[in-house]
Amino acid sequence: MTGQPRTAAADVVVLGGGMAGLVAAVRLAEAGLRVVTVAKGHGSLRLSPATIDILGYGPGRVDSPAQALPGFAEAHPGHPYAVVSPAAVAMSVQWLKEHVDTYSYVGDPSANMLLPTAIGVPRPSAVAPETMAGGDVRTAGPMAIAGLGVFKDFHPALAAENLQAATAAYGRPVQARPVLLDLPSAGQPDFGAVGLARRFEDAAFRSQVAAELRAAVHGEETIGMPAVLGMDQARSAWTELQQATGRPVFEIPTAVPPSVPGMRLASALHARLRRAGGRFVLGAEAVGPQLSNGTLTGVRISSAARVAPRMCRWVVLATGGLASGGIEVEVSGAASERALGLPVHGPGPGDAGFLPGYWDDHPMETAGLRVDSRLRPVGPGGEPVYPNVYAAGAVIGGARPWREKSGDGISLSTGYLAADAILEEAG
Amino acid sequence: MTAEQEFDFIRDSLDHCVKCTICETACPVAAVTPLFPGPKYVGPQAERFRGAGQSVDASLDYCSSCGICTLACPQGVHVAEINSRARAVMKQQHGMPLRDQLIARPPLQGKLGTPVAPVANFVLSNRLARLVAEKTLGIHRNAPVPKFAGRTFRSWARRQPAPASAGTRRVAYFHGCSTNYFEPGLGRKAVAVLAHNGCQVVLPRQGCCGLPLQSNGIFDAARGYVRRLVAGLAPYAKQGYTIVATSTSCGLMLKREAREILGVEDDDLRAVSSQTYDICEFLAGLAEAGELQTDFRPVPLTVTYHAPCQQQGHNIGKPALDLLALVPQLKVIELDRTCCGIAGTYGLKREKYDIAMQVGSGLFGDIRAARPDLAVCDSETCRWQITHGTGRTSVHPVEILHRAYGLG
Repeated sequence: MTGQPRTAAADVVVLGGGMAGLVAAVRLAEAGLRVVTVAKGHGSLRLSPATIDILGYGPGRVDSPAQALPGFAEAHPGHPYAVVSPAAVAMSVQWLKEHVDTYSYVGDPSANMLLPTAIGVPRPSAVAPETMAGGDVRTAGPMAIAGLGVFKDFHPALAAENLQAATAAYGRPVQARPVLLDLPSAGQPDFGAVGLARRFEDAAFRSQVAAELRAAVHGEETIGMPAVLGMDQARSAWTELQQATGRPVFEIPTAVPPSVPGMRLASALHARLRRAGGRFVLGAEAVGPQLSNGTLTGVRISSAARVAPRMCRWVVLATGGLASGGIEVEVSGAASERALGLPVHGPGPGDAGFLPGYWDDHPMETAGLRVDSRLRPVGPGGEPVYPNVYAAGAVIGGARPWREKSGDGISLSTGYLAADAILEEAG
Repeated sequence: MTAEQEFDFIRDSLDHCVKCTICETACPVAAVTPLFPGPKYVGPQAERFRGAGQSVDASLDYCSSCGICTLACPQGVHVAEINSRARAVMKQQHGMPLRDQLIARPPLQGKLGTPVAPVANFVLSNRLARLVAEKTLGIHRNAPVPKFAGRTFRSWARRQPAPASAGTRRVAYFHGCSTNYFEPGLGRKAVAVLAHNGCQVVLPRQGCCGLPLQSNGIFDAARGYVRRLVAGLAPYAKQGYTIVATSTSCGLMLKREAREILGVEDDDLRAVSSQTYDICEFLAGLAEAGELQTDFRPVPLTVTYHAPCQQQGHNIGKPALDLLALVPQLKVIELDRTCCGIAGTYGLKREKYDIAMQVGSGLFGDIRAARPDLAVCDSETCRWQITHGTGRTSVHPVEILHRAYGLG
């Protein structure tokens, strides 16, 4: 263990165990600070495709996030990317690549890949696991999209048809045809993504799949498969399938939860955190700041029997946005921040948080914290509420990540920078 | 909040389920057997179909009550608690095996076994006797059962002078059944470590917390057990004693499960809950305040540390790691497995033994690969399971601290 003896309180309490919180926690722990991460449950990282989407639409489709970011930030002054420089985004991506050691992440912010999704339409992602990159429709040849008969959460015909239609609309049509593999079900009517991924860790199962693929796929085709090719051993499962079939294979993130690539990424970051001596408290919730004469000296944490303070010098607030419960809608209609009660920039009591149309730009979507240039949440006057609290990830307002395809980039870069700011102060 | 409201609060939490499946991916039982369809299916989903006392799905019985689903849920759904309560109703309707009645009562076992410990231990380790027990009772012949110590912790403590301590911290030690009947050495060491840290330790009258009854769905008897225990501890809690537990799952019963699963809610329980600490939580709290004795001698050993599922249910992280990190020359390998499989009495049962061993197989493999001198773990049944699965000696973290303090 590389952690220092803990005869005193933590240096940093990180609230939230998603991408932003884990990135900040790993960086801080690796720098030698005593870090305690507190998470109410497993974060939504485990449900995400685990591609690093930096900027996909702004609003038109973005080819190069690196080139588009300065203009995007100028046009969106309240957006997290108005605080995070493109250089910082690039550094955080580099950091992530060096910290996931179960398999490689490829790509960089200079260009978006266009990676097939489970419903076909390609997703602009700047960085992705090596197991997915072969599906990039900017360069891909004809594809066979392979479904597994025991896996009801992935429909190869739907993916293939939509992929053909979407790429035709982009002006570079990609041939894609569905194939359905008939695999032994081991007495079960069907498998979920995780159950199937665990079966892919078994060499005998993999060779059965490879044999089915060889029979079904034509000589020139690239093989697309649902992203269930193993859990921690995805690299060897993927490599082996390519060798056994003699064809390039790529993974397509599944649309229905859970997400195996998301679990892989969470597991890789957790392993780093443990190795660095960082502590992780699961199932506990922050219920407010611990104050001493107006200074924040810790966080009040609710555990099985009591609420008690965890003392610390700095806090990284990475509890997520509206979807993860970091931001909450009160009965009054106002948006509020749950963990520390920080002021939220968004609909107030009686304001319309939601508009009638599903696709409308709902004011509640961008509700969240406003931060200063060092990522400290600020009040209405622009002054930091606490000098030692930093925000990271979706709890920062101003973005529409599901439209912009910007959520991973925001969480990764702000988690990285929040750690930077604290390390600067720690000296 | 009244007991009835709390009950509703637990069940009503199912409305927060967004079907994200995170609990399914975290469940160690569903990962190894198709007999258990997973916590989401039998929990928030099936619960909607359970009317007044109706059971809809017998697969619920394969839940091991490890509680990892509740821990993992990002939405605050009390999955494990919903399932435990539904199982109690189901077992009432389907009938309770005699086996479950027996293995759920450690005090009964203790009182019967202790006076005849050599005979009892011989029988428990006799292959033929175990085969008969499997055929007649359904207790798996290979399942790990502890040995009776012969002399209880309390009978030792009665003959001891109060441990000398200069300090003013007042601690009521909740040792639990296992320490009393099976591992009295752990109790002696815990008292010595507490006294070394300036605690005046008292031993309130105490019996079983009712956890094995609860996890076997025998709620009425479990409520009786926990109420009696709480009645014995409450006067100490109300006088400001800290209640310190070495049995992590029994401590959790006092902190949370009596209220959330059994629906017990009264002033005595509230007083006891808020004063109850797992011993590593208590000692790590002293360390955080800079008040822990740190006169540790080097312990040049390599140990693995496994935080059992029920220890994680305290929502306090892994304070044992912070304590063990203070011991010079001790190399600690943190393991990343959620459950050893035994889950109290689950892995003793004939029809569940293989599942429990499969759940634990990842942990056993990690421990064997680490080749530790000792496998450290906070929970007694998990220590027995780890030793059964790996052949390694398994100890409570406090036993390492006791050695590092040079207390004997």
